[in-house]
Amino acid sequence: MAFTFAAFCYMLSLVLCAALIFFAIWHIIAFDELRTDFKSPIDQCNPVHALVLPEYSIHSLFCIMFLCAQEWLTLGLNVPLLFYHFWRYFHCPADSSELAYDPPVVMNADTLSYCQKEAWCKLAFYLLSFFYYLYWLRFRLGTRPVSSLHPSAQPGVW
Amino acid sequence: MSAPAGSPHPAASARIPPKLGGAAASGAAAPAGPGPGPHQQNGPAQNQMQVPSGYGLYPQNYVAPSGHYSQGPGKMTSLPLDSQSGDYYPGLYTVPTQNVVTPNTASQQPGAQQMYGRVPPAPHVVGSALGSFQGAMSSASHLQTSASQPYSSFVNHYNSPAMYSVNSSVASQGLPSTCGHYALSAVSNASYPGVPYPSLPAGDPYRQQMLTSQSALTVRPIRESSLSGQNTAVSHPSPLPPPPSQQYQQQQSLSGYSTFSWSAPGLPSTQDNLIRNHTSQVAANNNPTNTDSLSRSVMQNVQPPKSSPVVSTVLSGASSTRPPPAAPRPAEPAASVAQPPELSQQKGMQYGEYVNNQASSAPTPLSSTSDDEEEEEEDEEAGVDSSSTTSSASPMPNSYDALEGGSYPDMLSSSASSPAPEPAPEPDPAPAPAPAVPQPSKLAKPFGYGYPALQPGYQNATTPLNSGVPPSSPGYSGFQQYAQQYPGMNQLSSSLGGLSLQSSSQPESLRPVNLTQERNILPMTPVWAPVPNLNSDLRKLNCSPDSFRCTLTNIPQTQALLNKAKLPLGLLLHPFRDLTQLPVITSNTIVRCRSCRTYINPFVSFIDQRRWKCNLCYRINDVPEEFMYNPITRSYGEPHKRPEVQNSTVEFIASSDYMLRPPQPAVYLFVLDVSHNAVEAGYLTVLCQSLLENLDKLPGDSRTRIGFMTFDSTIHFYNLQEGLSQPQMLIVSDIDDVFLPTPDSLLVNLHESKELIKDLLNALPNMFTNTRETHSALGPALQAAFKLMSPTGGRVSVFQTQLPSLGAGLLQSREDPNQRSSTKVVQHLGPATDFYKKLALDCSGQQTAVDLFLLSSQYSDLASLACISRYSAGCIYYYPSFHYMHNPSQAEKLQKDLKRYLTRKIGFEAVMRIRCTKGLSMHTFHGNFFVRSTDLLSLANINPDAGFAVQLSIEESLTDTSLVCFQTALLYTSSKGERRIRVHTLCLPVVSSLADVYAGVDVQAAICLLANMAVDRSISSSLSDARDALVNAVVDSLSAYGSTVSNLQHSALIAPSSLKLFPLYVLALLKQKAFRTGTSTRLDDRVYAMCQIKCQPLVHLMKMIHPNLYRIDRLTDEGAIHVNDRVVPQPPLQKLSAEKLTREGAFLMDCGSAFYIWIGKSCDNNFIEDVLGYPNFASIPQKMTHLPELDTLSSERARSFITWLRDNRPLSPVLHVVKDESPAKTEFFQHLIEDRTEAAFSYYEFLLHVQQQICK
Repeated sequence: MAFTFAAFCYMLSLVLCAALIFFAIWHIIAFDELRTDFKSPIDQCNPVHALVLPEYSIHSLFCIMFLCAQEWLTLGLNVPLLFYHFWRYFHCPADSSELAYDPPVVMNADTLSYCQKEAWCKLAFYLLSFFYYLYWLRFRLGTRPVSSLHPSAQPGVW
Repeated sequence: MSAPAGSPHPAASARIPPKLGGAAASGAAAPAGPGPGPHQQNGPAQNQMQVPSGYGLYPQNYVAPSGHYSQGPGKMTSLPLDSQSGDYYPGLYTVPTQNVVTPNTASQQPGAQQMYGRVPPAPHVVGSALGSFQGAMSSASHLQTSASQPYSSFVNHYNSPAMYSVNSSVASQGLPSTCGHYALSAVSNASYPGVPYPSLPAGDPYRQQMLTSQSALTVRPIRESSLSGQNTAVSHPSPLPPPPSQQYQQQQSLSGYSTFSWSAPGLPSTQDNLIRNHTSQVAANNNPTNTDSLSRSVMQNVQPPKSSPVVSTVLSGASSTRPPPAAPRPAEPAASVAQPPELSQQKGMQYGEYVNNQASSAPTPLSSTSDDEEEEEEDEEAGVDSSSTTSSASPMPNSYDALEGGSYPDMLSSSASSPAPEPAPEPDPAPAPAPAVPQPSKLAKPFGYGYPALQPGYQNATTPLNSGVPPSSPGYSGFQQYAQQYPGMNQLSSSLGGLSLQSSSQPESLRPVNLTQERNILPMTPVWAPVPNLNSDLRKLNCSPDSFRCTLTNIPQTQALLNKAKLPLGLLLHPFRDLTQLPVITSNTIVRCRSCRTYINPFVSFIDQRRWKCNLCYRINDVPEEFMYNPITRSYGEPHKRPEVQNSTVEFIASSDYMLRPPQPAVYLFVLDVSHNAVEAGYLTVLCQSLLENLDKLPGDSRTRIGFMTFDSTIHFYNLQEGLSQPQMLIVSDIDDVFLPTPDSLLVNLHESKELIKDLLNALPNMFTNTRETHSALGPALQAAFKLMSPTGGRVSVFQTQLPSLGAGLLQSREDPNQRSSTKVVQHLGPATDFYKKLALDCSGQQTAVDLFLLSSQYSDLASLACISRYSAGCIYYYPSFHYMHNPSQAEKLQKDLKRYLTRKIGFEAVMRIRCTKGLSMHTFHGNFFVRSTDLLSLANINPDAGFAVQLSIEESLTDTSLVCFQTALLYTSSKGERRIRVHTLCLPVVSSLADVYAGVDVQAAICLLANMAVDRSISSSLSDARDALVNAVVDSLSAYGSTVSNLQHSALIAPSSLKLFPLYVLALLKQKAFRTGTSTRLDDRVYAMCQIKCQPLVHLMKMIHPNLYRIDRLTDEGAIHVNDRVVPQPPLQKLSAEKLTREGAFLMDCGSAFYIWIGKSCDNNFIEDVLGYPNFASIPQKMTHLPELDTLSSERARSFITWLRDNRPLSPVLHVVKDESPAKTEFFQHLIEDRTEAAFSYYEFLLHVQQQICK
């Protein structure tokens, strides 16, 4: 197997996943700043809003690509989060022009801790999937992925 | 903006280890420490126990304040007699031959005084104390607590100099509260130093008074013995007065001794006893030391408050010297186990000496002296108590007990002294934390250190026993009179206490009530807030429940405990309430904790004169130099007497550090709907008239600015620039991109352009009479208003009469009239668009608040419109079916509301920060504001009618503290352009047992918090969810109580007395417009009710939830109160059930925003004629909104009662006279929440339902 579409998908995912990890970390920092009083929720929520839609789009893009590449296992792993994103998106306050984070509500202790937990969970998920993609990238690229675990055996693959 | 709030994080400041002397920081230790199993046996024993614990553990702060307070308040509040007694304390003491007796009296006096004094002037206090279920018990508890506090203070003094300072502060506190008091106190002090002795003779009469007060308090049989002893003492007075010099000597000698003993801070109680004995002996022996004592006395004299106590001690000593009265002697022996019988007499004196000694030991002379005095007083009291107790029968001869009793004496003495009850309570403490705690505190008090903070209300239990016994001795009669004078709660409670002996072991608030069998669950008198179970000093210092309430007055130690109790924990705030008395402090430096930025408050502890310990984060801070000077007394070196430390509600004038920009002027903008609909309704006439009348009363200064905008499908601005001959109207028709035609001249100086403004107001009502424009472009108008206001901030008042139909923020009708009475889903409680919320947030950022007046006859989607006010800290008024002609009552209401609205106080660019002791955290806020950070609310405007609620959670266990404090700081710009900070501080005890948590429930606060939570739930989830949650709140809490606290059979629905109204109130909530189903309710009405729940302060909200019903056709002067020379009858509350309505009667229902007078068909014609001015029932008109001023007694009474009710609230409610047969009676009957309706349970059915749920 050489450079298949699946391998391409994994490669692209790998790159975008790094971006998602960045987003997740950014969220964590943002909510932590909120909690520690450094910023007003209004100031804080606007940039967060700006990041929510890209994050959702990127993740949806993954899913579509994996669907096309017929990577069912990977798709299966990502579908729950996809549905969660859809749910968030359509459960926004009032006229959905705003995403998820509502400045007057976000300071509510429950909401804030929920948002923080969500960000941490996503970070964990994206990190794991990063390595997962990495593994499958090598798997799809290399003919014998198992042996590739031993670089000395087939140094040429990489 | 954050500047005022300061650093949010209460980073843990270093906690002071619980040392004896200083730190007292670890309050928790104190409570825990007590484990005084032995104490239980006798009062004295308890005392001992307490003492040790008290030494180490107690936070000095707490103790000290309490002690001071007790003295101060007694003097202050009280009846003249009391005050005298307070002043004369020393004298009193001396007088009492029966030293023992006198001390009791003295001690009792403070308590009694407090009680009494408070009752008449501040009904709340009384009510809370008495009212609360404890009744007699409660009173007793108060006494005890007060007594205990003083002790604690003493202890503190002994331990450390800091303690002294505290005491001194206490004294000062008492004074500051009432100016008059101050004067009095000062006078008394002055007199004392000069004339300590003379006071002695006078003391006798005082004593008697005091005794009487005591008797009132005590009333219990046990006390009788003691009282009898006292009485004898009184009769003896002449002998008692013995030479003061001797007394002094004794004291001096004692003091010397005591210093020794005390110097060892942690001396065990036994040691103390020994010491005391010695001292007493010494004192007796050492007359020669008199000189020393004299010098001491002089010192004391220097310190006003303390001096008096010293005298008292002296007196006690004298009494000891004399042949002790029979009563005292027995008591003494009993009290002082260690001491020999002879000493017993002296003991009382000795105690006093102890106190003195302790004081002397204290490093700071001044403070120490004051402390000493207090201590002495306490000791004396204790001694007396002990004697009384002994006489009654207490076998235990612990001197400590006696002391304790004495110290408690105010109240406790009676209860504690009473032998029988005491023993029981004492043992209880160990096993049952709550009861034990109180006792220990009492005990501790004598020694000084004990648990002052922790004292539980439960101690009261002992008191009830006492109360049960009627006073046999003639002397008591006086007491009884006292009691009677203070009507209401005391008597009721006492009688209750007498009835239920069972409850003696537990606080009245825990008395189990079988809800299904209690037919008249509603008390006859209004329900007052329960008083936190603190010692009397702290209690006096504590914030008024009108401003600051907590749903649980006993804070559970851990979240787990709170979860077990299934009760909501939260605060209800009314921070900007109109206050008649508010200390305003101008100071260059506002003293705050450097770590958590807490403002200095009465509950901090002074480690020494130069350092204080924050009560929220426990950091030790320096006292700034400026703070050492007390402007009120003009003295130096008494930081604890500063008004900041004497009042839990203060206002600071803030410096420029608290400004982000120069204080803004008062700016008012009126945005008026002038579409056809609005003109038809005719509100412009009312508004313009009202504005014209109140133009000069608008709060503001010379910079005040005002502007007007009107809108229909276009937006009209009014150029009112000075110099124009008449107002100029500028029309902007581009509503998609609104701009300001002339940015400078639309908001004009009120004073410079007054004529133009008046012209405009006169012209406005007629300017649009022929308009055919039906559209309303509210959104663009608000955008324009925002642009207009954003440079300055201020208040925008929007008058809207229909659904916005043009431009941004247009709304569609969402209400389906057929669903109004649906029992299923109620939709559209949330906003339809984010437009108003976003705009509100923008406004909030620019310090602009939008107040919404919705005068609409059709659906106007208040749920969406209200967002503009909710997030900008505005307020919302709603007048359904407003029409100036067809609906005169609404027009009248608008007129009255406007008058209040235009003239009430206002604060601009405000922020409010709520801080709480480390371990607690804010969870959710309710009200109209924008939450800027975890504990900071941004309030563009603050008005005196705004209430807030806060849900709390316990993040860390509170085991290492015995008290928690909450502080709200509201930083605002007054209408005069001053930056001010209003600070409220509330202090509450921490408890570790579930029973205590239940005992401290403030059911009204809990209901209001639940209502707020239910509103959130209905918006975020659904109405039925919210209703279920409300029912579950009752089911869960009652079942949790039944399974964990009460051991009674489960077949019955048992609630603690503190929660007995809980099901009733929840049922009332379920039938409230906001939450009811099945009854036709317009969506706007429902949403408006929800808005009100969110932003009304507790007092008004409770009337909305559960109106008060009175029968007014038979008003009498029985129990009437006097207000401003008017006699105001106080008819009993009736339960809200049609069964109480008789056709022969007339009833007044007080719903907060409206009064209904229901006239029965067969109502007495005399009443109709005398009060309503009509000859008979048939001739009463259907719509009657005023009572005529007739010159008859019943008319006068009725009017005076209604006026009194009206005066108690900011919005003058409209009166509706409802005839039994008129269609308007449904309005009246829907408030009878105990009755069954086609869609809802009756109260009894609801109880059965709850019971069923519990049994599941």
